[in-house]
Amino acid sequence: APAPALTGSVVAGGGGEGGPGSSCVFVVRRDQDIYIQTLRKLFNESHGIFLGLQRSEEELAGKSRKAQLVQVSKNYRSVIRACMEDMHQAAAGTITKSETWPCFFQVSILSAMELIWNLCEILFVEAAAAGPLLLRLLDWVRLHVCDVDNMVREVLSSENPSKHKLFWNVVDVFVLQGRMDEARHLLSKEATANPTSVNMYKILDDLMKKMPVPNLGNTQTLTEMELKWQHWHEECQRYLQDGTFASNSHMESICKILLGDENAILEKKELMTTWYHFLVTRLLYSHPTVKPMELRMDLFLGEESSPEPLDTILMAAFEFELHQVIKECSIALSNWWFVAHLTDLLDHCKLLQSHNLYFGSNMREFLLLEYASGLFSHHSLWQLGVDYFDHCPEYGRVYLELHIERIPLNTEQKALKVLRICEQRQMHEQVRSICKIMAMKALRTNRLGSALSWSIRAKDAAFATLISDRFLKDYCERGCFSDLDLIDNLGPSMLLSDRLTFLGKYREFHRLYGEKRFSEAAKLLLMLMTAHIAPCSFWMTLLTDALPLLEQKEVIFSAEQTYELMRCLEDLTAGKSEKQKFQDDDVETMKVEMLRLALARNLARVIVKEGTLEGS
Amino acid sequence: QDNRVSIWSVGDLGNGGLSGEYQGEPQLLCDIRHNGDVMDMQFLDQERIVVASSTGSVTVFRHHQNNQTLSANQRWEKAHYHVDQDTSCGGAACTGVICNNPEIVTVGEDGRINLFRADQKDAVRSIDNADSSTLHAVTFLRTTEILTVNSIGQLKIWDFRQQRNEPSQIFSLTGDRVPLHCVDRHPNQQHIVATGGQDGMLSIWDIRQGTMPVSLLNAHEAEMWEVHFHPSNPDHLFTCSEDGSLWHWDTSTDISGKPSFLHQGGRSTTYFSHNTINQSVVSAWLSNDPTKDRMEITNLIPNQTLSVNSLDILGPCLVYGTDAEAIYVNRQLFA
Repeated sequence: APAPALTGSVVAGGGGEGGPGSSCVFVVRRDQDIYIQTLRKLFNESHGIFLGLQRSEEELAGKSRKAQLVQVSKNYRSVIRACMEDMHQAAAGTITKSETWPCFFQVSILSAMELIWNLCEILFVEAAAAGPLLLRLLDWVRLHVCDVDNMVREVLSSENPSKHKLFWNVVDVFVLQGRMDEARHLLSKEATANPTSVNMYKILDDLMKKMPVPNLGNTQTLTEMELKWQHWHEECQRYLQDGTFASNSHMESICKILLGDENAILEKKELMTTWYHFLVTRLLYSHPTVKPMELRMDLFLGEESSPEPLDTILMAAFEFELHQVIKECSIALSNWWFVAHLTDLLDHCKLLQSHNLYFGSNMREFLLLEYASGLFSHHSLWQLGVDYFDHCPEYGRVYLELHIERIPLNTEQKALKVLRICEQRQMHEQVRSICKIMAMKALRTNRLGSALSWSIRAKDAAFATLISDRFLKDYCERGCFSDLDLIDNLGPSMLLSDRLTFLGKYREFHRLYGEKRFSEAAKLLLMLMTAHIAPCSFWMTLLTDALPLLEQKEVIFSAEQTYELMRCLEDLTAGKSEKQKFQDDDVETMKVEMLRLALARNLARVIVKEGTLEGS
Repeated sequence: QDNRVSIWSVGDLGNGGLSGEYQGEPQLLCDIRHNGDVMDMQFLDQERIVVASSTGSVTVFRHHQNNQTLSANQRWEKAHYHVDQDTSCGGAACTGVICNNPEIVTVGEDGRINLFRADQKDAVRSIDNADSSTLHAVTFLRTTEILTVNSIGQLKIWDFRQQRNEPSQIFSLTGDRVPLHCVDRHPNQQHIVATGGQDGMLSIWDIRQGTMPVSLLNAHEAEMWEVHFHPSNPDHLFTCSEDGSLWHWDTSTDISGKPSFLHQGGRSTTYFSHNTINQSVVSAWLSNDPTKDRMEITNLIPNQTLSVNSLDILGPCLVYGTDAEAIYVNRQLFA
């Protein structure tokens, strides 16, 4: 049996506990297994199967639901097997021992997982009635105990099988595994080769042929089966006691096996190789209509050896101790994958009572949360984890909220994927926070358009204001706008923040001025101030921008508008304290003076103009 | 992180099985390590592939067919970079690459457009700060003109013959400036351009007229990552999205014989109306007369889970890749 690894989280030892030069830095990594390349298929494919199961029709009742669940179980197992294949191939490609050994180790782990899962599928998911159950168990044994396959092949392919030294071993193997037809076929070769034992052969063959086997069609009732079996058992007993097989020890031991003689079966220990084979064989030949009986594993294993983890798990399964199985698997395996998916499946089979664990969630949820949390530490498998959290009703959302903010966002595309996940789940806090991070990054690298695009996504008015201030600052410093392609094309996003609206409109003012549409420009300029769209700090700049309009040959501002402008100027200057006025340098005071003069002159001209009668 | 560029073989065409569907798994021929995420890639010619990286570098790989290996032929290490405020140069992801042998154009998160020539060490031309936002995709309009899309919903035409670093034309979406993620040009009628947006909307533009899209089609529920016109059958358009679906848009007039690819994926077939009478003059994509013939849209993915990030089509073959680390090949698209 393979030796499963210890539990997962690697604990870092502290360094420097005495001893010179022993201070080290340990890299602690949770869930090592997710970094194994070949296992990625396992995680990805099982994610798809998991989702399919969650979304499957719950309304299907009885047989069809069971068939569906069995299919899901089979799908999981085929993924495990596919991974084993890949591991084998990977192992074939390696050269050094240090590379090869981990591959084989993984193969043995996967093989153990498949073994356990298969048994659980038979006993719990499919949970057939006693007869068919036994047939399934026989299949299971035949599939997984393959140490004897080579021997079988060797004998069958030899020219004269009955003369082969391992001939009787192979016949025994067939009998132990309930492969009656194949056993009889081989025996017939012996009969033809050895005419003296023809009689014995005929009887044995007959007994084997007549052995009552539970059929899948369930055409016979349990009592019928019991009766037939009793009859047959007695017949075998008679032949044995009559000494029919006395001259051929091989045939005699076969007859004893047919009778379910424990010692006879135990003699063939080497051929069975595992205790569970022994168990199933005993079941086959003692009580095929009854569920697994008491384990006598000590008979098989002997006094010295203690059960390995795999044995403990299988034992618990045979004893129908589901929780024990899950617990043992959790301890033995280094990764939550197996227990999480198996428990989820069993939960869908309605086999786990909702016994709440200490901290409120049930076992299924606990395991799924642990598994998904492990996935989140991976730079790309975290996406799978999201769906697992989605299907944990109690704590899934909280876990997701905490984990998703910690995913490193090294490209915009990754950030977009994370954002989409958050938006689909109405995780507004996280959306805002991620957009802020991306916007800040963009701002720091002077990508103002990107920064704006992120704030629009988050509908973050405050940030949009920040960006607009940056633009305005740039303008004040350089006298021209950077990134005109952005500002000219703001569209409805302009309304996100007042400052942004101002920026857009201000740029529009400049455009209008450039196109010599002065009266429109004037109106806009005034509106910016009177509607309080412009920040107070900018009013001076705006008024200064009004100067060229005031100085035009043609009168642009109406009397109303001029009065408004004057009021704005006064508001501005009145707002300044005495101290500030003192600090204002000459340029400032001159500006104010010039404005006052220009306004006054304009007022004069416009009064005259408006007062003049139109006409001839 | 272990990212690789790989080349796969999907078996011979003659190997049709019973249903013709399962023709064996794709075989990995060769692969090579790649530094950073592969953001985009394109074949430059039969042997060379240009790959755009999230580190900001652009690499040309050569596929040696005789011994089935890949080697890095040429690399522009700092094709895209940010200039930080404290003047340290960090890499900026290169988001899109397009080739027209021997020219290679790349765009990135730094808003820069580069024009490279294969086998020339330095960039032929580099437009710094071409865009104040991230450029998401690029494609050739004509041999000297390219189209770019950015994250503030603008489609821009750049003419390399002009010396100034300004786009020759700017188109924008109406309404919200939703970021555009992908762009493709109609193979025969060069004035028809399709773009896909962050809200999953497909926009069709006629760049001869106006600055706004001709039609807006509500498509996916999340970002549309790629849009492609079928190169030889341009009545067919394909789009893939973060929502895990891949849509086939069919405006061909022959709807009498229903194409058989509508079998399983057909559960989300919807019908839009389009005028296709004067198809030689007015493309089906541009007209929007609701009373005439219809456009069929099919989701080709029956059980969608994770995002479909990328797709490509050639002849009857469709290839796409998903975030579930799987590649799908459909070799009988029009069976």
